[in-house]
Amino acid sequence: MMPLLTTKGLSRHFGGLRAVDGVDFALMPGEIRAIIGPNGAGKTTFVSLLSGRIRPSSGMVVFDGSDITAMPAYKRVRLGVAYTFQITSVFANLTAFDNVALPVQRTLTDGRTNGQVRSGVMAALERTGLADRAGALAGQLSYGHQRLLEVAMGLALKPRLLILDEPTQGLADSEIDNFIMLVREIARDATVLLIEHNMPVVMQLADRITVFNSGKILAEGTPGEIRANAEVQDAYLGATHG
Amino acid sequence: MRDASPAKTYALHIGVIALLFALNFVLPDYHQGLFARIMTLAVFAMGYNLLFGYVGLLSLGHAMFFSAGLYGAGLTVYHLGWGVPEAFVAGVACGALLALVIGLLALRTSGVAFMIVTMMFAQVFYLLILYFAAWTGGDQGLVIQQASRVIAIGGASFDLTNATVRYMSALALFSIILLVTLAVVRSRFGRVLVAIRENEERTKMLGYDTVANKLAAVVASGAICAASGAAYALLFGYVGSGFASVQYSILPLLWVLLGGAATTLGPLIGTLFMYYVTDITSGFTSAYLLIVGVALILLVLFFPKGILGSIRERWLGWLP
Repeated sequence: MMPLLTTKGLSRHFGGLRAVDGVDFALMPGEIRAIIGPNGAGKTTFVSLLSGRIRPSSGMVVFDGSDITAMPAYKRVRLGVAYTFQITSVFANLTAFDNVALPVQRTLTDGRTNGQVRSGVMAALERTGLADRAGALAGQLSYGHQRLLEVAMGLALKPRLLILDEPTQGLADSEIDNFIMLVREIARDATVLLIEHNMPVVMQLADRITVFNSGKILAEGTPGEIRANAEVQDAYLGATHG
Repeated sequence: MRDASPAKTYALHIGVIALLFALNFVLPDYHQGLFARIMTLAVFAMGYNLLFGYVGLLSLGHAMFFSAGLYGAGLTVYHLGWGVPEAFVAGVACGALLALVIGLLALRTSGVAFMIVTMMFAQVFYLLILYFAAWTGGDQGLVIQQASRVIAIGGASFDLTNATVRYMSALALFSIILLVTLAVVRSRFGRVLVAIRENEERTKMLGYDTVANKLAAVVASGAICAASGAAYALLFGYVGSGFASVQYSILPLLWVLLGGAATTLGPLIGTLFMYYVTDITSGFTSAYLLIVGVALILLVLFFPKGILGSIRERWLGWLP
């Protein structure tokens, strides 16, 4: 099977800092992949290179067989690469409805979906359990609901690859269980790449795990393999759980 | 729009238009003339509001779009002897074209740099008008004769110097632009513009080419402001460089801030308010600008979102 996304020698330097340093990475269609690693390992920079928010210093990104290294972020979104932000960035002064209407009307304009804006919006809100809050201003929703709204916006983009940057940050334990079910459901028709610090969530969700350290891939494997990996223990898991 | 109720919204806007129509028959001559002027300039404010209120781009150079319309219409009538409708279209086309060129250049910047760049372009435009005084009349301006300001449709002819014809023409333009603005801000395009104002980076990550959307908004805004300028030249018969000066870039900003940025009816209310405060106070004292200034400061202190913006925030959340 051909990978959905690959990177070759992908690097990004900020001055002398090699935030991402010659990363070769491949993601198979339909998988749930988690990226873990200590703070400053280059995880967010790496997914920002994939989504096009920042440009690489060198290397290339290939999505579904075509080179997208030079493609601006908004065009990658139209190809099906969606990104949800680490820091919640819903449109606080717009209603939940309007927040989701923006990605829905985008896919309608591109011809990737059919139908009406309203029905598309309500479907995405229902899937995330926010249908009864459609008319509320996003800024007045609880933090957990804002994170869910962010996911609803990602879903409404009809992504083929959904990149979630620390999606469970700030969620209550009860909300996390729902969130795990939601990601599993999303993964039925999309590939999911998530950066996550919450180890129980990673172990439950991920098919495979990629461990970053100092801008490089330290290890990659199934949750069981990563748990057993001594290097990872030293670099990351040991430090967190020790 | 927290409570989307299109029927109520359209009823309100049609009601305002009907009220302005009725006022033609009850206003004394002086106020009838003043209202025609206010409605024409409110179109300028609405064009400015589209960019400033909805997209969040603060331009300090919109006098150039207004005067592109003013001169585009005025010079074609004066020098080429064009009829009123052709001259109006020429004015709007000049404004749209100018906005396209300025937009392509100025949108490479944002924030304070955008304000300065638009202001500098407007200053260039102003100086060009003075430089080509042989055609533009320089700071004296040009007076467009009554004979050139008659529209002949079929057998009937409408003299734009007639008070009622002038009032109705201004009202017609105002109504069209008001309803167009309302339709735009309620459209998908309008939703994208507001999203750009709120968070441009996020809007990009939803798959929108924000630069192209901003450029479209600059052109639409420039064309509407030019329509106001073209109408002003044809209705009031005077074309002058004063309308291209920096004062006419600041005025629409004041009108919009007073009435309420990002409200469809705010530009009318702001323009109306400023005109009447100036008109009334200048009847009492020659230091009327001092009183206007104090009124502005009080409004900004107590109604920071403008008259209609504050009403929307406190009582009528459904106002567009």
